[in-house]
Amino acid sequence: MIEEQSIVKVGMADLNIIRHSGVIRTLGLGSCVGVTLYDPELKLAGMAHIMLPSSEIAREGQLNIAKYADTALPALMDKLLALGASPSRIVAKMAGGSQMFAFAGSGDTMRIGPRNVESSKLILMELRVPLLAEDTGGNYGRTIELDCSTGILSIRSVLMGVKEM
Amino acid sequence: MDVFKYFKEFKMDVLKEVGNIGAGNAATALSRLLNKPVDMAVPKVQLLPFEEISEKVGGAEQVVIAIFLRVEGDAPGNLFFILSPDAAKSLLKRLAGIHVEEGDFNEMEQSALSEIGNILAGSYLSSLADFTKLSMSPTVPSLAMDMAGAILGYGFLQFGQMGDDALLIDTTFLEGDQEVEGQFFLIPDPESFAKIFQALGVPLEND
Repeated sequence: MIEEQSIVKVGMADLNIIRHSGVIRTLGLGSCVGVTLYDPELKLAGMAHIMLPSSEIAREGQLNIAKYADTALPALMDKLLALGASPSRIVAKMAGGSQMFAFAGSGDTMRIGPRNVESSKLILMELRVPLLAEDTGGNYGRTIELDCSTGILSIRSVLMGVKEM
Repeated sequence: MDVFKYFKEFKMDVLKEVGNIGAGNAATALSRLLNKPVDMAVPKVQLLPFEEISEKVGGAEQVVIAIFLRVEGDAPGNLFFILSPDAAKSLLKRLAGIHVEEGDFNEMEQSALSEIGNILAGSYLSSLADFTKLSMSPTVPSLAMDMAGAILGYGFLQFGQMGDDALLIDTTFLEGDQEVEGQFFLIPDPESFAKIFQALGVPLEND
């Protein structure tokens, strides 16, 4: 018997959660960072596709909290806690944050990938969530998928194939 | 950000003309290089959610070849010239007589593609600059072969601070038998629209 696997998709500047079984996935991370939070005991997983490091630079009226590292991660954490996750069990994994285009351009937008990674790490530290594994940096895109039943994060890229961690 | 949602049709038409002139000149440049006629679709100007922009080139995971130039000057923005790997191979074969082996493009082939993209994007921009009398200078072109979502995400950063959509001027051109199909995406920074409209004599008030 093949059990149909549920797939939860996370778009750009989006976050979502999955419970019990199935995978949660986001496609084509470039300078964006995908962060997963996971409670192994409850088999409860959340994923955020973060686009920008800090909501301080936001100029939008209605803030999309999933877009910024400093708002997305606390919100994702809250979602997990609301479903009964224990703060002491939650662990994080992270991928993305690459620098897609390599030339000496103007200012900070060129370093947006590394800045997304730095900011996400800082927020995880503030939330006291240990970062178990990361696959960040480089100059290529990644698609990531977290298996909710095992907590294994698989990372697919055009050049490097599939990697699990 | 909402201001873009209320652009009257007239303003959209002005932006279409911007795409038309830019891509028209690029198509002419390509046609000269290939010594063959090159057709162009009517430009589309749309305010689209980030996700949907990737869908336009086959989805966020679709592997594409993109030549990216950051436009600097009076009306900054991001310009992408996007090709499928097959179209890129066909282009290399016709223009440089390079037969690409199976698999990846080598350094020489990438460099040739980057140069072709530079010529096309350069003619797109210079015609735009002439038309608007705005200074628009491209940075050195940068080539990437990767998932569309990862590449285009970079072009959304300026819009990302303001919302979840970007205003895109999209022009496709194809050679007769459609062997070379390329797309230009011009994503002006949100602040640039006022300058473009002003330069073209479009009234600024929010009507």
